[in-house]
This record gives sequence, structure tokens and C-alpha cells, in this order.
Amino acid sequence: MSRFLVCPPEYFQIDYEINPWMRRENAVAPSRAVSQWQRLMHVLEQDVGVGVERMQPVPGLPDLVFTANAGVVAGRRVVISRFRYPERRREEVYFAQWFREHGYEVLTLEESLYFEGAGDLLGFPDTWFGGYRQRSDIRSFPKLSEMFQREIIPLELIDGRFYHLDTCFCPLSGGELLYFPFAFDAYGLAAIAQRIPEEQRLAVPEEEAIRFACNAVCVGKHIVIPAGCPRTTRVLQDRGYRTHDVELGEFMKSGGAAKCLTLALD
Amino acid sequence: MTALQETVFLQGHIIDSLILAKVLDTILMMGGTFDLQDVNIGATRDAPSQARIVVRANSSRLLAEILQAIQPHGAAVERDSDCRFEPAPAAGIFPDQFYATTHLPTQIRLDGDWVEVEGMEMDLGICVDPAKARARTLPMGSVRAGDLIVTGREGIRVTPLARPRERDVFGFMESVVSSERPHQPVIADIAQRMLKLRAGSRQGHPGTKVLFAGGPAIVHAGGREALTWLIEAGFIHVLFCGNALAAHDMEAGLYGTSLGYGLTAGRSVPHGHEHHLRTINRIRAIGSIHEAVRSGVITEGIMAACVRHDVRMVMAGTIRDDGPLPGVVTDSMQAQEAMRAEVQGVGLALLVASTLHAIATGNLLPASVPTVCVDVNPSVPTKLADRGSFQAVGLVMDAASFLKELARELGWRL
Repeated sequence: MSRFLVCPPEYFQIDYEINPWMRRENAVAPSRAVSQWQRLMHVLEQDVGVGVERMQPVPGLPDLVFTANAGVVAGRRVVISRFRYPERRREEVYFAQWFREHGYEVLTLEESLYFEGAGDLLGFPDTWFGGYRQRSDIRSFPKLSEMFQREIIPLELIDGRFYHLDTCFCPLSGGELLYFPFAFDAYGLAAIAQRIPEEQRLAVPEEEAIRFACNAVCVGKHIVIPAGCPRTTRVLQDRGYRTHDVELGEFMKSGGAAKCLTLALD
Repeated sequence: MTALQETVFLQGHIIDSLILAKVLDTILMMGGTFDLQDVNIGATRDAPSQARIVVRANSSRLLAEILQAIQPHGAAVERDSDCRFEPAPAAGIFPDQFYATTHLPTQIRLDGDWVEVEGMEMDLGICVDPAKARARTLPMGSVRAGDLIVTGREGIRVTPLARPRERDVFGFMESVVSSERPHQPVIADIAQRMLKLRAGSRQGHPGTKVLFAGGPAIVHAGGREALTWLIEAGFIHVLFCGNALAAHDMEAGLYGTSLGYGLTAGRSVPHGHEHHLRTINRIRAIGSIHEAVRSGVITEGIMAACVRHDVRMVMAGTIRDDGPLPGVVTDSMQAQEAMRAEVQGVGLALLVASTLHAIATGNLLPASVPTVCVDVNPSVPTKLADRGSFQAVGLVMDAASFLKELARELGWRL
């Protein structure tokens, strides 16, 4: 059974602005955030049937809910993130502590290399892709490639709204790629095209990309996708996926949705 | 010029991701240039690739802008390290990993400072004196046991030649050798250079010597008077030749023949083939060319002009030389050393009608010295031009025509 690391949104709010989505005046409604999050958990546990590990939320760390940025996990090894913004850097120690307590081998990159975990590093079984420029430093990928013995193709993120790779790029279990092409430059698109054939590339329209259509969680034939992305949902269903819409508007105020709120552990 | 380049290092999956292409495109689009060095492409998909890129720009501001633009794509300025060196294990033997020089200006890093390597020449080693912060090139045969020789490639910076400031034939950065190239404008440009160099040389400026390396065809073909005039007029300061040029020049002086052919009548003279031997024998009896000129035995010609005008001469012998003449260096390593000593301070080299001396001289010169190679056989200038110097001009033409035209440009009147 797949397992995911999550963190309840007890202290989730917008305390600072570190991406174009965040507006302090656009306050989070706490009770709505909690109910949206609980609905997501219900879908994951009951409908998709995955295991969920809840870590302890920490006061003063509102973005700890976005566990995708804890690090990247392969087997029993984890490389803990090094956040670009000091606002999130304080989360690193709590993520590291959780992994250590759960028996993982905890690795880190050198201090100067920003790397924001599974938010910027995801892919298919044999090829990983790394988003850089907005948050992660491209120079972190050769080190990760060596640690995990995987090819990592760096992709420059050119649109500030899509500041992590998982906001515009979602590999699916059947080998398809759900992505928003305008988040990449011509070099990135050519590199993607070289690895993923055209019939497997599912481009998301802009109005759904900004509804976080690509910030979906794919487990087998199940896809948990933020509500409000009907065209993407239809395309996925046509491909034989079972989609689960979840309203995650409160988290989008902070620039994240289903994928950002989870971290695949296995 | 060296301030306007910086080496960056790029690694990872840079090929399939087109990151390398993006970095190179960025450099060019911003108006810089690059040299791609040490590209290692990962053998498997998982294996990373590496590229070392020398980025160049014509202002330090542009260079900084380019470096800033490519830095987010992982192109990090290499932390410079000092060069490495090891003691030579024995006389005449470099350490295993010795650095082999090019003919381009080269610097090495010693204790954090870039030090210019003296005596640039291709295919040598670099010997360092860390205490004095100096470095010089050294031929393999001259190394002494324990000399500190630069090894590896770290901390070594080779600077490609910049386009010369002068907008003459040497400034076009091309090394086309063609018999169809119009000679006159090229020769006029060479003459202009020689006028400037003579003026500089008379005022004792460094790097203003003109080196002439030539073969005996100069005498056979009728270029003797023109070359003699060029020497007497103070345009030539160093002469490299072999036994033959000197022998035929003096044979012409003593007998009016060159290898037995009457230079004025243009046909062989009875027993004329003996003339060059008798000439050599006579000079050997006198003891030296200098003495032959001083005592009035040799009164005119190339050798006489060289002696009277204190032109530095290196005569290098070859296999089956007749004699040879006194002063011909028959040990080729000694000849090489003597030539190496004389190329210091040369600002222009004329290599005329001699494959052997032209190639040897060309290989002794740093790329920064403008070089003219004249030969009726295109393969000689072509070989010289292939050294990769922007400042090598090849002329496919007869030596006498070249010398006469050059002398006329400089004011020679018959």
C-alpha cells in the first residue's frame, strides 16, 4: 500500500508572501481549510486506499502542511530540503526529525544548494525531472542524481506562478504527463518532448493550470485533482483514470493543492 | 585581455535537457563568445556529463552580465586553483603528467597570482621558480633533475590571440595560402611593418627585430642583391640559414656562380660544380666567415652584409652538408638552442624558400609574432598556416621576386 506524509493544517495561514499567489490580506478561513484538508484525507484513505502518516503541526510554521517540500524520498533514504526562503527554512528540522524518528536514512545537500524536495523533483520510474530557477538550484540535481543513481533532466521554470515543478508538471502512472507547456521555455519543452512522446503529453489549458490542475496526486489509476478543472478531468477519464475532485481553494491561496499537501513515502 | 575571460563549469544531465545548448546560446546572444573545453558526455543515461566553458567578452561589464545570466543554469565560475608542479625525475625527462605548451600566450597560477610564462613556444614543458614567482618554457632535453615542471591542467590559462590592432594583411585573422592571391598588397603591408620595426629597433624598442630564415634558392633564383640590400638598409636583424645559403652566397661572390651555374650567363660553367666546395674550403682555411669578410676575401653579398651590420646569424647544419662552413652548428640540439635564443624579441619573421628552416623557425615562434612564409611550393606555407596562428601569411611565389618586390617597396633602386 502506498503511504503519504501529511501535516494537519492546524496552524495554516498566510503569514508572509513568498510566491505570487500569497496575499496576506487574502486570509485563510481556518475552519474551511481544516474541512478541505480532512476531505482530501478521506479521499486518499477511503477512496484511493492509501496509508497516510500525519506529522505533528508546529505553531508558527504555517506551510508545514505542504509536506511535498519536506524532501525527496527513495526507499528508506530521504534528502531533506534546503528552502530558498528563510520563512520556510525553519521547517527543515521538523521534517528531518520526523524521518529520523521513522527510521529513514536522512541526507542533506551542502548548505548553499537550495532544493525544495518533491515539489521540484518528480518523474517517471527511470527519468526524473528537476524544476529550477524559481526555488531549487540546478546544481542540486547532479548531486541528487549521484545519490539516487537516476537521470535528472533539469527544466527551467519561467513563470513565477508555477514556482515549483509540481505546480505545472505531473507524471502519471500510465506514462502520460499532465503539464502546462507555457511554464517552460523552448529548451525545456524540447527536453520533455525527447523523453515523452506526443500522444502521452497532456497539455492543461491555462485556466485550469491556474486552478492547479497539475498539482494532482496519481496512485495507480486514481487521480486526486483539485476541483474546478473539468477539461483536465475529462481528458484523464478518457485515458481510463478514475478522478477524484477535491475542493482545495483555501490552500490555493498559498499556492498549493493536492500534490503539495502530500509526500509519497514509497 | 586575460581579464575578459572566465572559465565556467557545467555538470549534470546537461545534454538531453539542452541546458548546455541554452548556456551556449545565451553567451552568443548576449554578444560573448566561448570555447568549449573538456566536454565529457556521460556514457549511460544515468551518468552525468561535464563541460568546461571559457566565456569571453570584449568588456568586463559584458563578461559579468553573461556570467550572471548563465549562473542560474548551473554554469558556475570555476574556483581557480594554483597550478601543480613536480620535480623532474632525471635530466632530460619531464614528470609523467607534464603540461605540454602551445604557442599561445600562457599564464600559470602560483600562490593565487597569475604569472606569465616566459619564452612561449609550442611543445615544451613549463619550469617554475615558485620563490621568484616566475615561469618559463623548457625543452625536454634541457630539463635538469629536480627542476619543477608544471603538471596537469589546473591553474593554467591559455589566451587565444586577439585580432591585431593594425588593419593590414596580418589583421584579417585568416591563413589562406593561395597562389592566386595578389602579392603586391601583401608585400606592401609587410614593407610597412618593416619600416615601423626598423624605426623601433633604431630606438631600442623591444620586440622590433626582424628575423629572416632562408634557403639557397634565394641565391639561385636571383634574390641575392635584394636580400643584401635589405640587410644593409637595416631591415633584417637575425638570419637563420643552413650551410648552403652561406656557401652559395659566397660562391657567387668569389666565382659568380651558384652551384656551378653562372648567375649572369645562366648556364653551367666548366667545373662549376666544384665552386661551392672550393668556396667552403677557402673559408675553412681562413677560419670563419667573419674573418673572410674582415680580411677582404668576401667583399659583397648576404654574408658580408650580415657581418658588417652585426646581424645575428645561426647556421644550422643538416645531413650531408659539404664542409661544413665554419660556424655551422652541426649538433641539432645546439642549433635549436641557438635559434631559440635569437627568436627572443623578434617582431616579424620572414621565412623564405626553405622548408627545413621555415618549419623549424615557425615552431620556435610564439603565435603572437607575425610570420610570412614564401615558397614556390604551397605545402610549406600551408603547413605553417596550419599552426593556427592568425598572423601567419603564406605567399606562394618565387623567392627572388618576393625579395625584389619587397626591397623596391622599401626604397631599393637598381
